[in-house]
Amino acid sequence: MRWMDLARFSLAAISRARVRSLLLIGTVAIGSAAMVVLTAVGDSAKDYVVEQFAVLGSQLVMVFPGKSETAGGALNASFGGTVRPLTLDDAAALTRHHQVIAVAPVVMGAAGVQYAGLEREAPVLGGTPELLQIRRWKLAAGQFSTDADWDKATPVCVVGDKLARELFGSGQVVGQWLRIGDSRFRVAGVFAAGGRSLGMDLEDLVLIPVADALRLFDTESLFQILLEVADREDLAAVERFALATLRERHRGEEDVTVVTQDALLGSFDQLFNALNAGVLVIAGVSLAVAGVLIMNVMLIAVSQRTAEIGLLKAIGATGPLIARVFFAEAILLSAAGALLGLLLAQLLCFSVRTFWYPELAAAPGWAMLTAAGVAMTTGMISGLIPARRAARLEPLAALGQH
Amino acid sequence: MNSGLIELQKLCRIFEVGDERVHALRDVDLHIGAGEYLSLMGPSGSGKSTLLNILGLLDRPSSGTYLLNGRDTAAMNQAQLARYRGDTIGFVFQFFQLVPRLTAFENVELPLMLAGEPVAARREKVTHALTVAGLSDRMRHRPSQLSGGQRQRVAIARATVTRPRLLLADEPTGNLDSASGRGVIEILESLNQDGMTVIVVTHDPDVDQRATRRLRMVDGRIDTDTGASS
Repeated sequence: MRWMDLARFSLAAISRARVRSLLLIGTVAIGSAAMVVLTAVGDSAKDYVVEQFAVLGSQLVMVFPGKSETAGGALNASFGGTVRPLTLDDAAALTRHHQVIAVAPVVMGAAGVQYAGLEREAPVLGGTPELLQIRRWKLAAGQFSTDADWDKATPVCVVGDKLARELFGSGQVVGQWLRIGDSRFRVAGVFAAGGRSLGMDLEDLVLIPVADALRLFDTESLFQILLEVADREDLAAVERFALATLRERHRGEEDVTVVTQDALLGSFDQLFNALNAGVLVIAGVSLAVAGVLIMNVMLIAVSQRTAEIGLLKAIGATGPLIARVFFAEAILLSAAGALLGLLLAQLLCFSVRTFWYPELAAAPGWAMLTAAGVAMTTGMISGLIPARRAARLEPLAALGQH
Repeated sequence: MNSGLIELQKLCRIFEVGDERVHALRDVDLHIGAGEYLSLMGPSGSGKSTLLNILGLLDRPSSGTYLLNGRDTAAMNQAQLARYRGDTIGFVFQFFQLVPRLTAFENVELPLMLAGEPVAARREKVTHALTVAGLSDRMRHRPSQLSGGQRQRVAIARATVTRPRLLLADEPTGNLDSASGRGVIEILESLNQDGMTVIVVTHDPDVDQRATRRLRMVDGRIDTDTGASS
């Protein structure tokens, strides 16, 4: 039998059982579309996180107080009681390495911000001008001028643009005095609009000098120390330097956690790969269900068409040829399903981009190939058993069913 | 010119039904020459359909030999049997056995398609076969749009489109009114006159009377044979 004839014959059989074929194609399509769309969504989520981190610059080392350990953490906690604080002197000690361009001690908290009878609870960040440099934050007006000595308190602050609007309306902002907690601060600058990184909205934020923040929150421990390194290749060396320096300063105890951005991104990468794999498994299961359905439908087709199979055998078809006819049907059905699925996926991605989330990533080529491949393979495997059953029918027994 | 097309020697066919062994054919010896026109009659269960199925290579004998065209059919494998069914033998069934989703033309085209013939050659043969069957104006109709007699003539066109040497018809008029039946028999006879060997299983004495050689089967044996050719 010629390929064209085989295709034509199978197509005629498929279009004869219209509802059944459409349902089947739909099932395969949903499976493969799910596979493609879910991969695109996963990729977008990954892109989003990577982008958020990229704002930080990739030459960043972060130091946190306390040791995070996978084992023995509970024991440590019950022993030590409180974590040894990470101080401004610790931060100063870290400036000594020649590869460290900038060091920024950071304190974090929240406090009431008041102006002319208006009060707002706002996140308050204690930092130094180095923080603006390291995190690439821009000011729309004014500047964050503090004492070069980190220990000296200076009553100045920088406010987010939304917070500024809420407190001052459309009036002059820079130069005004406001109250944070129970201290007065002069507004020295306003953050540029649209700043956002690592889930922190600059528009709501207040930034004050680190010494003022330590006093405001009545603590001697920093939330973290950020180090910017001149060269990416020195990240590891700086990490070792920071650990060694702080161990020495903390009487030989390693009680801080040092994280490089690479390590953070790496663990996110792992997380997203695991998520992606999970998504693929789920989509794979739906395709397997489609496969079972194909097999079921094909088996029904074989039993409904026994007379036809008997006839084909009586007029010269061999068993393998009959198997090819039914196999071709299964392949055509799953190919149609896969094709429709890819179209459906594109349509879905397009609608999401248009109406909801413009940054949705394009479905990666490998996902489309995999989805189509898995759909086709499922169809072929599921078509195999019905095809063999059809091939084995005795022509006489098949013809006997009127 | 009666060279042997079919040669049966001590042919037996035994069916196992539960614990019972049913002897459908008992030691049948039969010689059929090329170009003969036979009718096969007998009560139900006399073995005539079984014989026809074995002659058509749809079934195998339990013992005995069947030489078709001088070749021992017992030595053929499944693929060879299928090829013989495709090009040497044509079948006409009582219930037509047309594929309902295909047109008359496509139904007749099926054996050629299965054999992998090129499209152009197919068109000519199918048109010819349908014209001989008197259906040149019904080629694009589906079976459901045709009368019983027309359907059976489509089936005859399908059986003869490959120009087989042997045409086997199992009660071809059993499901038709007498006028349609007569039309069908006339086509079979014209094919026979062109040299095709025709064997008709029938219950109808009128059909039986028209054959040039008449066999009567009883209990798996050939009881009478009007014109055993030498």
